[in-house]
Amino acid sequence: MTDDRAGVPPLAEQTLQMLAVRDRRDRAAFGKLFDHYAPRLKAMAMRGGASAALAEDIVQDVMLTIWRKADQYDPARAPVSAWIFRIARNRQIDIARRNRRPEPELLVSAAEADAPDEGSAGDMLALAEESEALRAALRALSPEQRAVIESAYLGDLTHREIHAETGLPLGTIKSRIRLALERLRHELKDLRP
Amino acid sequence: MSPPVTSSVSPSAPGPMPGPISHHLPEAILAAYAGGSLGYAFELVVAAHVSLCDECRARLGAHEAAGGAVLEEVGAAALSPDLRSRLLGALADEAPSHAAPQAPRRDGPFPAPVVAALGGRAPRWRSLTGGAKQCILEDEAAGSVRLLSIPPGAAMPEHGHGGLELTLVLQGAYRDAGGRYGAGDVAVEEDDDGHQPVAEPGETCICLAAADAPLRFRGIGPRLAQRFFRI
Repeated sequence: MTDDRAGVPPLAEQTLQMLAVRDRRDRAAFGKLFDHYAPRLKAMAMRGGASAALAEDIVQDVMLTIWRKADQYDPARAPVSAWIFRIARNRQIDIARRNRRPEPELLVSAAEADAPDEGSAGDMLALAEESEALRAALRALSPEQRAVIESAYLGDLTHREIHAETGLPLGTIKSRIRLALERLRHELKDLRP
Repeated sequence: MSPPVTSSVSPSAPGPMPGPISHHLPEAILAAYAGGSLGYAFELVVAAHVSLCDECRARLGAHEAAGGAVLEEVGAAALSPDLRSRLLGALADEAPSHAAPQAPRRDGPFPAPVVAALGGRAPRWRSLTGGAKQCILEDEAAGSVRLLSIPPGAAMPEHGHGGLELTLVLQGAYRDAGGRYGAGDVAVEEDDDGHQPVAEPGETCICLAAADAPLRFRGIGPRLAQRFFRI
């Protein structure tokens, strides 16, 4: 990874590693993803009330799910941290509960996802940029505001306790994902006349 | 009044994707789904609506991006020394990719998460009053979720509820004091609004309705019906 932060924002290291896992089943890249995310996933699980031992079981489960479902990863629609966050949330709930967590339909099958065009490459870069901005915004919040955001996304707040105004710039990132979805719908229409 | 043209012969009958969706999920519900605090009943409505609505899919994606930012910043817990080698060892035992079990698929008016909740079977409808029918998917103290089927032109018995109710239209349309709700629209009712949906003429209206408190009908007769029909 070159250090060219002054120019066009490079894809985050983790995004490149995730693409290497998806496209080449690259075990070394997967090891690096483990080194970055496993300690964070353990911290997330323990914040959710898991013991250290259960948290490690969850980490193992989540990392294996990342390996197995890598072909579903689309960097134009989700930053890698968001995709891993979603998997962690789903697996944690599935492990804790009798009912499987209901998940939205997948938009695209593995076979259709692995032919990205230039448009989706642009979407991917734009989303990576927004994702970095979101992280910076989180760091810039006051400690009190930040604690509320963390509580909300780590599952400590009910829908009644969550206020619509998060203090995070979610509008831009939503618009980016919306554009990527429109592009994908268009491509799917071409694929399925 | 002459009977309406059935949608099956209408040349403009839409495919599985409904028309424009004008009633969406509230922000706090999407954030709570992303964060995992919502509970099964509402999760099912969110997953079903997002399956039909790209606007809410993108909004949920934004909340998950915020969750991803929190994951990046949450800190690091020390791992057992052998966790990494155990996990990388487990990869060696993995079958080649694309061996994932077949995910459920959309079936008629039912998005895939609803098909999964039905266990892949057709709904087992139970009759209510006035020709309406229901199929309970889950009924727990923490929340309940059911499919409702309302004949064209029929009204659901007036009911209130102690908490939040989310109703997603899967087929047909209905009207109540809050407006018109067509396929894909989700209605949000808070704390005993006492609404009375009436199905529009045309197709049978099928809805997915979730509440965090038991539904109840108003009046003594319906109250008995409620005990009998578990609504």
